[in-house]
Amino acid sequence: MSTVEKPASTPKYKVIGTRPIRHDGTDKVTGRAKYGADLRLTGMLSGVVLRSPHAHANIKSIDVSAAEALPGVRAIALCGDIPDAANKIAELGEGSVNLQHLRHNVLAENKVLYRGHAIAAVAADTIHIAEEACKLIKVEYELLPPVMTVLDAMKPDAPVLNADVKTNSLGEQTDKPSNIAKHFRFELGDIAKGFADAKVIVEREFHTATVHQGYIEPHNATAMWGQDGHVTVWCSTQGSFTVRQQVAELMHVPLGHVKVVPMEIGGGFGGKIAVYLEPVAAILSKKTGRPVKVLMNRADVFEGTGPTPGSYIKVKMGADANGKITAAEAYMAYEAGAFPGSPIGAGAMCVFACYDIPNGKIDGFDVCVNKPRTSAYRAPGATNAAMATETVIEEICEKLNMCPLDFRLKNAAKEGTRRIDGPVFPRVGMVESLEAIQNSEHWKTPLSGKNQGRGIASGFWFNCGLKSAATATVNGDGTVGLVEGSTDIGGSRTGLAMQFAEALGITVDQVVPTVADTDGVGYTDVTGGSRVTFATGWAVYEAALDISRQMCKRMAEEWEVPVDQVKYENGGVTGPDGKRLGFAEIAEKSVKHGEPIVGKGTVDPQCPGGAFATHCVDVEVDPETGKVHILRYTASQDVGTAIHPAYVEGQIQGGAVQGIGWGLNEEYFYDDKGTMRNSTFLDYRMPTCLDLPMIETILVEVPNPGHPYGVRGVGEVPIVPPPAALANAIYNAVGVRMQQLPMSPPRVMHELLKKNK
Amino acid sequence: MRDFDYAAPTSVAEAVKLLQDHNGSARPMAGGTDLIDQVRVGRISPDLVVDIKKIAELNVLQIGSDGLHVGAAVPCYRLYHDAMIKDLYSALTDSASIIGGIQIQSRASIGGNLCNSGPAADSTPSLIALGAVAVIAGPQGNREVAVEDFCTGPGKNVLGRGEFLVELKFPARSANSGSAYQRFIPRNEMDIAVVGVGAAVQLDASGKNFVSARIALGAVAAKPLFAAEAGKLLAGQPVSVETIQKAAEAARAIATPIDDMRGTVEFRKHVTGVLVMRVVQQAVERALKTKSGNAP
Repeated sequence: MSTVEKPASTPKYKVIGTRPIRHDGTDKVTGRAKYGADLRLTGMLSGVVLRSPHAHANIKSIDVSAAEALPGVRAIALCGDIPDAANKIAELGEGSVNLQHLRHNVLAENKVLYRGHAIAAVAADTIHIAEEACKLIKVEYELLPPVMTVLDAMKPDAPVLNADVKTNSLGEQTDKPSNIAKHFRFELGDIAKGFADAKVIVEREFHTATVHQGYIEPHNATAMWGQDGHVTVWCSTQGSFTVRQQVAELMHVPLGHVKVVPMEIGGGFGGKIAVYLEPVAAILSKKTGRPVKVLMNRADVFEGTGPTPGSYIKVKMGADANGKITAAEAYMAYEAGAFPGSPIGAGAMCVFACYDIPNGKIDGFDVCVNKPRTSAYRAPGATNAAMATETVIEEICEKLNMCPLDFRLKNAAKEGTRRIDGPVFPRVGMVESLEAIQNSEHWKTPLSGKNQGRGIASGFWFNCGLKSAATATVNGDGTVGLVEGSTDIGGSRTGLAMQFAEALGITVDQVVPTVADTDGVGYTDVTGGSRVTFATGWAVYEAALDISRQMCKRMAEEWEVPVDQVKYENGGVTGPDGKRLGFAEIAEKSVKHGEPIVGKGTVDPQCPGGAFATHCVDVEVDPETGKVHILRYTASQDVGTAIHPAYVEGQIQGGAVQGIGWGLNEEYFYDDKGTMRNSTFLDYRMPTCLDLPMIETILVEVPNPGHPYGVRGVGEVPIVPPPAALANAIYNAVGVRMQQLPMSPPRVMHELLKKNK
Repeated sequence: MRDFDYAAPTSVAEAVKLLQDHNGSARPMAGGTDLIDQVRVGRISPDLVVDIKKIAELNVLQIGSDGLHVGAAVPCYRLYHDAMIKDLYSALTDSASIIGGIQIQSRASIGGNLCNSGPAADSTPSLIALGAVAVIAGPQGNREVAVEDFCTGPGKNVLGRGEFLVELKFPARSANSGSAYQRFIPRNEMDIAVVGVGAAVQLDASGKNFVSARIALGAVAAKPLFAAEAGKLLAGQPVSVETIQKAAEAARAIATPIDDMRGTVEFRKHVTGVLVMRVVQQAVERALKTKSGNAP
């Protein structure tokens, strides 16, 4: 691993920057960690969801009588069991949701909008009985033509999915039902003048496929609706508080009467924020008075849960003879899926964010199509956008005969650069991420083989702050129980324990971190937006400071000196005349007499610090089959401060690999009826370890001034550059420009055959 | 998933009777790697699963002067661990080592792969290229069918009610013969063939001319195809890129693939030609190293 380590002679931190074993590691590798599917409760029933076989249809009738009559069936849930929701918007921390749409997504009412759309659910004594009962539910459909691409959906005569969706066009609400939920525009400078000043202008169109997050663990939910009207939900989620809110709002239960217990989570990547099964399990439990567990299988996950959108993007960029970008324009239409809410906003803000561009215009469209409602996926919207911008830049470089790395350095966004959508960057590390590639052994090693090529691409992601809370109880033996509310997807328990230990000058082994349920910890927003190490990290830092203050106060009283004469430093309290007591000794005293020591931290930080990454990839393309073989891959990234470098590397490697899958083979493959034909991991081709070289990482540490330890989010931006970097490498290997994702062998071969004709 | 009964007969006659008595609602099972999954997803719902692994004839693996006998329940790993099969029936070893991962290979049988009759089955083109014959047991006794005539469509084959596959018989191989199987997959492992090609060649003693050749194609039609013409074009011809190119073109001409999530018509036809070139060349290389066979 080519990590840039800080010189050992000047260690700034004792714990931060080390690589301890994760607190949850042993349970995970021995199989003892408890996931949602492991849950067994007394009297528990199994729930199975009936899903639509059609992509677009009116539901004329649903007859559950035969299913109800099957022995062992205990309850059946339909949309009507969820109280009617007004068109109310619920804020979910990261993003918001229209409750009526959420209700109709959880269980369809009178229309199915995608194949896999949930219609009904059965609770029965066994999963097999529930499955048989689902087959006995008679649904009468009136088939409607499916609308599968944004360009088709935007046509004036396209069948409309949602009668209540009317275009909000440049801020004005129109009143005709449409698949275009929103059209917005960002503008900066004088676009016409910008293109007039350009020596070279390149304009290209891109199509990217719908892809799934592909987490290993399918969605699951178990609910117990108590006789007192309190509901407990166990599930796999990125945000227990957002599940609590969605269940409470949908089911009209007071927020405080819902408890959500987050189980261990086998991946989320943005896809486990919205609820699917949780309200269904709750209804079935309410009807039966028993706990009900509902699990998805892989096909359910592909067909029924949020993928990230396919898109159509047109990008036009101009540069002057010196290689300075003079203008950039983008037209971007993103699939929302069945209901409005694609990540088009983020995509439009990211599309040119890596560069200092004086004149720009970006049009964004949020478009409904007959696919599952999209949800977040690692830097949502940014990967599609980078595919366009970063390959257009490559063509400009070719025309100007400029090195693509020099070109990017010349135009890189830096402190003070204004994005086209308005915000001005604070201190950021785009330049440093490029320089790290420029100085890498990889970049300096020329390629020599036939049909080999190198490509680079950069990417940006905002990261976010949001609310976090933590409490920490000091134990008599000098250990600390650290309780926080961020469900742990990427090793955050240990990353947080490290920041906590650093602040108190104790070891990470003294900290026992726990992710609590919604009754056990203060409000905490979702694990998303690369925010946990940043924001929850800050909350545990505050909790540590709270403890140090309590220890100081206690020792000042004991030593009978004014509190301003004692100080917490180096893992203990120091007072006048050489007085000193270590953390563990104070901890021991605290349980014997006086008040217990409990620290608290609550934060809502505002400066997450954006993340920039540059990736460099070498490929060899088989000219007879179009198959792309990755020879070498290096990812450099401004990571702020790497709290646990191995986890940071893991995030970068994981993101890069997901981006490689998106670039080369992954896609929702639909037939003309709108049925996904590849809803298995056999035919939905994510890369395996046999398809990849070791992803080399370069951690560039440009500390975020907006965090006590300089943390920036690191988890999302690494998915942004790979497809574009691969496209550029393929061009350099065999001379074909790929403008459609995935760049699968049939697509690359098609371009090669066209070129060789 | 519906409940089903399970039986594990120890003789061919017993198995035939069980299958016959259930009148089409019983399914024979060897490794079960296809069958169990199909039951699980509801594609088939048998009343009885007849486990044929306990029948001695179905576990035979014999190589001698009369050729090679592979019992229908012999799992892949037993094939690729056999050095003589690897030398003389290399295409079969190629296939057995790329079907699934190690766990699957420990159970999945070549016989089952044939009876599942998938157009993209990785072993069928090798069986056809090596001239294998299917020995089928049934209520009327045993019968034999050349493997190229076994499959009739996707998931369909010549097995009638009460019938099941007992073994695959391969003719003996001579010196200067070689065979190979390759598939094209977008990933490097754990994938299903977009195109699969098996070829077996017999060279003359000089190694410079083809005596005969058999070529078979997978995943480019509703069933695995025997490209008889392509093979004939090689017979008696010198070993050269030009002659193999002609065979590749003939093979490409009989491919009738479809557009689906695994590939396009254009791509599959193109890659059929590419793979025939590569596979025949590999079979030739192996033939040049084969100094003696098992033929008497």
